[in-house]
Amino acid sequence: MITLSIELAKVLLVLVGVMTLAAILTWMERKQSAVMQDRIGANRASILGFRAYGLFQILADGIKMFVKEDFSPQTEHPFLHTLAPFLSGFFALIGFAAIPFGNTVSLFGHDIRLQIIDLNVGILYVFAAMSLGIYGVVLAGWTSNNNYAFLGGMRGSSQMFSYEITIGATILGILMIFESMSLQTIVQKQGELIWGFIPKWGIVVQPLGCLLFLVAGIAETKRIPFDLPEGESEIIGYFVEYSSMKFGVFMLTDFIETALIAALVTTLFFGGWQVPYLMGDGFLLPGGFHFALGGLTVSILQVSAYGLKVLILCWFLLLVRWTLPRFRYDQLMRLGWKMVFPLSLVNLLVTSLVVLWVH
Amino acid sequence: MNSRDLSFAERLYIFEAFKGLWLTSRHFFSNMKKHILRQLGFRHIGKGAVTIQYPEERRQLSARYRSRHRLTKRQDGSPRCVACMMCETACPARCIYIVAGEHPDPNIEKYPIRFDIDLGVCVFCGFCVEACLEDVIRMDIGIIEIAAYSRKEMIYHIEDLLQ
Repeated sequence: MITLSIELAKVLLVLVGVMTLAAILTWMERKQSAVMQDRIGANRASILGFRAYGLFQILADGIKMFVKEDFSPQTEHPFLHTLAPFLSGFFALIGFAAIPFGNTVSLFGHDIRLQIIDLNVGILYVFAAMSLGIYGVVLAGWTSNNNYAFLGGMRGSSQMFSYEITIGATILGILMIFESMSLQTIVQKQGELIWGFIPKWGIVVQPLGCLLFLVAGIAETKRIPFDLPEGESEIIGYFVEYSSMKFGVFMLTDFIETALIAALVTTLFFGGWQVPYLMGDGFLLPGGFHFALGGLTVSILQVSAYGLKVLILCWFLLLVRWTLPRFRYDQLMRLGWKMVFPLSLVNLLVTSLVVLWVH
Repeated sequence: MNSRDLSFAERLYIFEAFKGLWLTSRHFFSNMKKHILRQLGFRHIGKGAVTIQYPEERRQLSARYRSRHRLTKRQDGSPRCVACMMCETACPARCIYIVAGEHPDPNIEKYPIRFDIDLGVCVFCGFCVEACLEDVIRMDIGIIEIAAYSRKEMIYHIEDLLQ
């Protein structure tokens, strides 16, 4: 009973955490883009005169989305049309289940793993969830009874297929080095040190893999510079026929996927919840200096380090989104198939040779 | 226009992308520093944004800015306009409508019974100001918010313009 309630509490914690992060990302997107472009950004939404730097804009957006008219096009598949945004959102959300946000922590006599499920194929599970997100895109385009939406859906699905292959190829190097598919094990092994002082983070051993994964990950979230499936203002995307909260769910899915990519990059390439030189019983610096810390303090440090890393990566993804111009569709496909994918194969080859040589 | 051939490093895109990211993040951090310092009370630090927050803050209009028209008055409060129709003639949008009347003072001859400017039609070119012989019509009061719920309300009569 207690185990079950602990598991449920973890699920709730992750769900609330992710939804909060996604909501805050909508605010961050506005404010960060404004600061980057010498503007102020949304700051008018207020409660009783308190503006809180525009944070209430999130609430205002939510209320607006819910009370707007929900207009549905005349379609032969009204059920699938309604289902599509929820499929998108659902598959983006369940990806978080396998991502560890901390080490095992002992609390009131219980050993709690700070991860919802420690699958031994965790990484495959996350990518499966991300791939299933295509269904949302395809269904949205297909059931909208609109040629532009249909073309948008086609663009979206072919883009996601192309870049998923790249994502798969880029992380093979990580799998070879850490010899595990469980995300928790991968993070634990990133706590090791190379030559006694360099943290063995994914970005240290796989710099090219990290870069390619980021590129493919941004393409996977369908955001600028790869936002051709949506192309809101010019070429019209798959959710043109959606309004009110159905559109809101698509919008939110974008941010959840951004958070998911940030969490994945953190887990695979930036040491997950690892803090450099922080062992289970405190800091152990390369010179032999030891600074003892309690187990709970270490856990809190690790979880907050994980949160900080995810936030910084979200910031970076938004920076990319507000800096680079959009690719043309042929450029996007050329980049995917002729540059990023072959490079990831080269990365794989070099990594396997090095791994063979080290053993 | 001739475009320069891109060098190999530029065609690789990735270096140029990072240069762009460097530029925008530099803007981000320098603006963020200013925002935070100003919030902490360092008012002399420059603003982190070029935004003018309109209803509270207003842009300083330049001296020659063409804002809403006004008619100047004589010392006794009557309009200085002599209803010569020069502005009505000069107006390219034909938004000025004047009806002249006989003035009791023989030195003045005429005065406007009606002087209407349809601001919904006006193009704010300022030709009426230049055409005016008596320096009556001016566009210098700095009123830029001209809005109404109907086209009829956009027509300003002589009593509105004299204020």
